[in-house]
Amino acid sequence: MSVLIYVDTKNGEIKKSSLEAVQYGSKVAAQIGGSAIALTLNAKDASVLGSVGASKVLNVTDASISASDPQKVVEAIVKAANSVGAKVVVFAHDSTGKAVAPRLSARSGAGLVTNVTSLPDTANGFVVRKNVFSGKAFAHVNILSDEKVLSILPNSFPVVKTDASAPVESFSVDVSGINSGITVKEVKGSGSGGAVPLPEAELVVSAGRGLKGPENWGMVEDMAKILGATTACSRPVADIGWRPHHEHVGQTGVAIRPNLYIAIGISGAIQHLAGVNGSKVIVVINKDPEAPFFKAADYGIIGDAFEVVPKLNEALRKFKGANG
Amino acid sequence: MKILVPISVVPDTTSKIAFTDGDTKFNEDGIQWIVNPYDEWYALVRALEITEKDGGTVTVINVGDATAEPVIRKALALGAHDAVRIDVKPTESYVVAKELANYAQGKGFDMVLLGKETINYNGSEVGGMLAEFLGVPYISLASKLEVSGGVATVDRSIEGGTEVVEVKLPFVASASKGMAEQRIPNMRGIMAARTKPLTVVPASGTAAKTSTVKYTLPAPKSSVKLVDADNVDELVRLLHEEAKAI
Ligand SMILES: Cc1cc2nc3c(=O)[nH]c(=O)nc-3n(C[C@H](O)[C@H](O)[C@H](O)COP(=O)(O)OP(=O)(O)OC[C@H]3O[C@@H](n4cnc5c(N)ncnc54)[C@H](O)[C@@H]3O)c2cc1C
Ligand SMILES: Nc1ncnc2c1ncn2[C@@H]1O[C@H](COP(=O)(O)O)[C@@H](O)[C@H]1O
Repeated sequence: MSVLIYVDTKNGEIKKSSLEAVQYGSKVAAQIGGSAIALTLNAKDASVLGSVGASKVLNVTDASISASDPQKVVEAIVKAANSVGAKVVVFAHDSTGKAVAPRLSARSGAGLVTNVTSLPDTANGFVVRKNVFSGKAFAHVNILSDEKVLSILPNSFPVVKTDASAPVESFSVDVSGINSGITVKEVKGSGSGGAVPLPEAELVVSAGRGLKGPENWGMVEDMAKILGATTACSRPVADIGWRPHHEHVGQTGVAIRPNLYIAIGISGAIQHLAGVNGSKVIVVINKDPEAPFFKAADYGIIGDAFEVVPKLNEALRKFKGANG
Repeated sequence: MKILVPISVVPDTTSKIAFTDGDTKFNEDGIQWIVNPYDEWYALVRALEITEKDGGTVTVINVGDATAEPVIRKALALGAHDAVRIDVKPTESYVVAKELANYAQGKGFDMVLLGKETINYNGSEVGGMLAEFLGVPYISLASKLEVSGGVATVDRSIEGGTEVVEVKLPFVASASKGMAEQRIPNMRGIMAARTKPLTVVPASGTAAKTSTVKYTLPAPKSSVKLVDADNVDELVRLLHEEAKAI
C-alpha cells in the first residue's frame, strides 16, 4: 500500500513544509509496508524529494493546474492515488493543504485528520495525534475508513536529508472538464521585506502593547534583521493598526511553532499563548515580574524593553559577528 | 442575496482544558460556551454587512444538540434572520459537513461563509468538505470579500502574502481576521432574537470516518530561567549553547 504525498510549490520552488510532509509520508510508508510517492505541480526541480524519502516523484507540468484551484488539484491527486494504489494521502497543513485536503476527503469518503503531530500507531487501527484546543491538548484520532487523508502541522517533524535520489516522472491529468470559476487576479506580498513567512519561520521576534507605539518598532525590526527572524505582534497591536494584521499571532491570528520565539512587552494572555505555545524555546522580555508570559517561558529578562532590547541587539550582533 | 453561515459552539477562550471518563471526553464542567470567534466576528458580521447593503437574508446553522440553542440565539441577536439546528452532537467534521450539505443542497444559497477553524478542534476541515459535497468552489482563509454582479472578489491569505481571486456565486468561503470587525449585540437585537425562528431538523445519520480514542495534555513547561537585565550576553550564550536556538 503506497502513500501519496502532495508537494506544494510556490513559483515552482518546493515549500519547506512539503519536505516535512514527504519525510513523514516516507515513514508512514515504511510502517505500513509500501512506498512513498510524491506528487508535485509544476516543480522546477523535484530532485530534492528523493533525499527526504520519496521513492518516486510524479510531476505534473500543466500551467492550467495550480494550488489556487483546489478542484483541479483534487482531480490530479485522485488520479495519481489510483495509478500508484495509494490509500493514504499526506499534505502539509498550510494554506494549500487547508483548501485541498478536506475536498479530497469528501470526494473519496476518506477520513481526514489535520494538524497531525505524530506518526500513526497502527497497533489498533490507525491512530494519529493532532493538536487541539490551540495546542493546549492533543487528541488521538483513529481513522476508520480504508482511505485516509492526513495534514501535518508545519515545523513538527524536522527534515533530515540523505544521499538518496528518486526518479522524477512526468504525470498528466486532464482537467479541461473542470470549471471551478476561480480566477487569480493578483498575488500581493505581505511586505515582510523578504523575510520567511510567519507560519514557516524558525525564528520569530514579537512585540506587544508594552512598546507604546508603532514608532518604537525599529529595535524589534533590528533584532529580527540580526537574527534573520520574522516579526510578529499581539492582537491589540494589530487591531490599533501599529502593525499589519498578518503579524497577529495567537488564537485568533496565526498559530506558529518556531524554534525560537522572543516576546517583548507582551503580557502572555491565554489567547496569545494559544498561538505560540508550540514554540520550542520562548524568551520573554517584560518589565512586570508578574506577567503571565513568564510562566510559559524558557528564558526571561525582567526589565524595560527600551533598555534591554538595544543592549540585547548589541550582544546578538557581536555574537553573529563572531559566529557568522 | 441568500447567505448561509454555519456556526460552531465552542468553549470560551479562557476555559480550563481538562478531560474526563478516562481522558476520552472534554470536561464540560463550568464551561462557558460561545460562538466560535471566526464564525461570529468575521463570517457572520460580513454576511450581515452584505445583506444590510444589498438586501437578502442570513441564516445561521449549527450541527448540535439542544444545549447549543442559547449560543445560537446570540447569533440571532447579532442580526441573523433565522437559525437552523441539525439535531446531532457533532463528533467529527465529515459528519458535520455532510449534514450541512444535506440541508443546504437545493435551497439556493448564494454563498456559505464559515470560520477558518474551530478553536477547540482546530480542524479547518468543514468548509472544504462542504464545498466538495455541494460541488462549488471553496475559498479558504478569506480576509476580505466583496460581491457584485454575481462575482465575489476575495483576498485569501497564503504564506507570505495574499492572493486576490475572483469567484462566481455560489461558493463556500472560510473567514479569517480582516474580513469584518467584531460587533456587540445591542438590547434590541437580544429582544428580537427571542422570537426569531430557530428550526430544528433531524440529522441524516451519516457515519463517522474518524473517532477520537483519547486526549492528552502536553508536558508541563519547566520553570523559566531568569537572566539579569544587565547581563544580556548570558542570554545570548544560553540561547546558543543550551537551547541551541541561535
Ligand atoms: C476571544 C479572544 C481572542 C483573542 N485572541 C488573541 C490572539 O489571537 N492574540 C493575542 O495576542 N491576543 C488575543 N486576545 C487578546 C488577549 O486577551 C490580550 O488582550 C492581548 O494578547 C494583550 O496584548 P499585549 O500583551 O500586547 O498587551 P497588554 O496585555 O497590555 O500587555 C503589555 C505588556 O507589556 C509590558 N510592558 C509595558 N511596558 C513595558 C516596557 N517598557 N518594557 C517591557 N515590558 C513592558 C506590560 O508589563 C504587559 O505585560 C484575544 C482575546 C479574546 C477575548
Ligand atoms: N457543529 C458545527 N455546526 C455548524 N458549523 C460548524 C460546526 N463545526 C464547524 N462548523 C463550521 O466549520 C468551520 C470550520 O470548522 P472546523 O473544520 O471544525 O475547524 C467553523 O468555523 C464553523 O463555521
